[in-house]
Amino acid sequence: MWSYVVRRLLYNIPVYLGIILLVMASLRVNDPVTAFLGKNATEESYLAIQQNFGLDRPFIVQYFDRVWNIVTFDFSATSWEQKRPIGELVADAVPATAMITVPALVITAGISILIGLVCSFFRGRWIDKTLMLLAVLGMSISFLVYIIVGQYFFGYQFGGDGGILPFDIEGYDVRLSKLSFWLGSPFEAIGTWMRFCGLPVLISVIVAMGYDTRFYRAVMVEETGRDYITTARAKGATSTKIMFVHMLKNAMIPIITRVMISLPFLIVGSILLEVFFSIPGMGRTLIGAINAKDFPVVEYMSALFAAVVILTVILTDVLYAVVDPRVRLS
Amino acid sequence: MIAGDRKPVLEVRGLTTRFRTDRGIVTAVDDVNFDVYPGETIGIVGESGCGKTVTSKTIMRLLPEQNSIIDPSSQILFGGTNLATASESQMRRVRGDKIAMIFQEPMTSLNPVFTVGWQLDEALRYHTKLSKKQRLERSIEMLRLVEIPNPEQRVKEYPHQLSGGMRQRVMIAIALCCEPDILIADEPTTALDVTIQAQILALMDDLRKKLNTAILLITHDLGVVATVCDRIIVMYAGRVIEQAPVRDLFKRPQHPYTKALLESIPKAGNKEHGKRLPTIKGIVPSLFELPAGCRFQDRCEFKQQRCIDEEPRLEPKAQGDHPVRCHFPLNQDVDLTVSQSSP
Repeated sequence: MWSYVVRRLLYNIPVYLGIILLVMASLRVNDPVTAFLGKNATEESYLAIQQNFGLDRPFIVQYFDRVWNIVTFDFSATSWEQKRPIGELVADAVPATAMITVPALVITAGISILIGLVCSFFRGRWIDKTLMLLAVLGMSISFLVYIIVGQYFFGYQFGGDGGILPFDIEGYDVRLSKLSFWLGSPFEAIGTWMRFCGLPVLISVIVAMGYDTRFYRAVMVEETGRDYITTARAKGATSTKIMFVHMLKNAMIPIITRVMISLPFLIVGSILLEVFFSIPGMGRTLIGAINAKDFPVVEYMSALFAAVVILTVILTDVLYAVVDPRVRLS
Repeated sequence: MIAGDRKPVLEVRGLTTRFRTDRGIVTAVDDVNFDVYPGETIGIVGESGCGKTVTSKTIMRLLPEQNSIIDPSSQILFGGTNLATASESQMRRVRGDKIAMIFQEPMTSLNPVFTVGWQLDEALRYHTKLSKKQRLERSIEMLRLVEIPNPEQRVKEYPHQLSGGMRQRVMIAIALCCEPDILIADEPTTALDVTIQAQILALMDDLRKKLNTAILLITHDLGVVATVCDRIIVMYAGRVIEQAPVRDLFKRPQHPYTKALLESIPKAGNKEHGKRLPTIKGIVPSLFELPAGCRFQDRCEFKQQRCIDEEPRLEPKAQGDHPVRCHFPLNQDVDLTVSQSSP
């Protein structure tokens, strides 16, 4: 297996180099320094910014320099806008994003798979019909409606200070990004997490669940009709065993595909949620950098996301082989 | 084979199964009666859609509950329980332990993501109190019994590493590991090639003798029933139309349908070599548009007015005859050199 992983990584090196080339070339179509400083910048400040990121050198030199930086994990280049090293910027933003995305993904997948199993098992009965109706209803409403309605009712009317719900409208406590806070006072950490992250997580679960339950139901319905399910019943297996052992294990390939597709978003985050809830995560950082024409941040983040996607794809293939004995990695 | 004083292990009385469909309720199996005695092999024969699989799945209660209805008057008496009305938890104790089943498609009947050993172990886990180690030993013993070479290795393998014939052997091993009273085999050899078919049938027959398990063999292949069955039940459009010991049926089929079925088997040493096989004209009537009288009337060459007006009852027409559902049963010996040589 490891030789397979290494081989896949090697195959993807040219792909990744190509992506970096494309990103760097397309970002330089318009002069980034002019874009950042505006037309009325002084010659002096123009040159300072240009030299700061090495943009005065030939493109090919910049390219190899950038590749070398990435390979050696050297993210010390500074943001033009925030005047901080990009590595530090990302290191601050990723935990905040993960505070939302990781629980959201786990909860969504868990609940959706469960509902999918229940619906397929009671296919055509009222419980299935009701849940599917709710799923369609849930998908048909815009993300923005959930955010606005959620913030108004859960954060403002019934939440906030003295409210019955533990949610706040927006904000983030940077202590949440630190492991010592979680280890030191776990109950306070959970309370703080609920206050700032509970509502965004709830909303992203609701939004994703409509699509996911329908998908998992379709997967499971296909499973219920399989011959080996009849065999299992003929052996005397209980419904629970059939659902959670026979069907679930066979459905792992589509489940993994589905979950892994959303894995890069664990790091990228939801731009909408982070902006509306003022979460200082990756999505908001990227949007802020684009708006501010903060060229080095955009370039490094694009490279980072590309790497995450490539690694996810490789991980997905490895997981296929783990769950399905018929898949051979070679 | 049918000893008069032995008690049947399974008594099926008035078995009627209906399905709810978009076009209304349809009766797939209509008033089926038969007994199964310990250690005997019964063949249920008929064309596709005649109700043989539904009969077997009703006995196992494997039909989806949402759209199937077992008529409340149906009785499936097994060990003092009426399986037709038994609860799901009662059924679970019967399935795999007292009555086991194997299916038509060995390629898809085993779960692809679990090892052969795990799937054998599963049945033992549900129905026995054996320890893990004992279950493994039992699994290996069962694989050896179904003549799978190198069973110690095979238990660790996955179904895709086995051939179709091997997988059906594994299915048989799973079905028989708890030594059931009855093995229902639903077209167990249809998906296999001919040499493997013969091997699987021989194996089943051999195990039947060793374990004294009754076999309910469901097939459309009369060649198959000829080799292994003691008694045969012929079904047509949801009804039993003839029921007889195998020799009787092959020697003197009374229902025109049975005779036509027998004639459409290729025979070894046929004088009219090179001619087309006789076929039965027409198709099985749709269960939605069953005729009032005999269900075979449209395809029967001996049809008379009475066949249209009145449905015949399943009864022997003369002393010593076997039951047949026909007003004008055939009553002569047929020269059928079908023999025990096929399948």
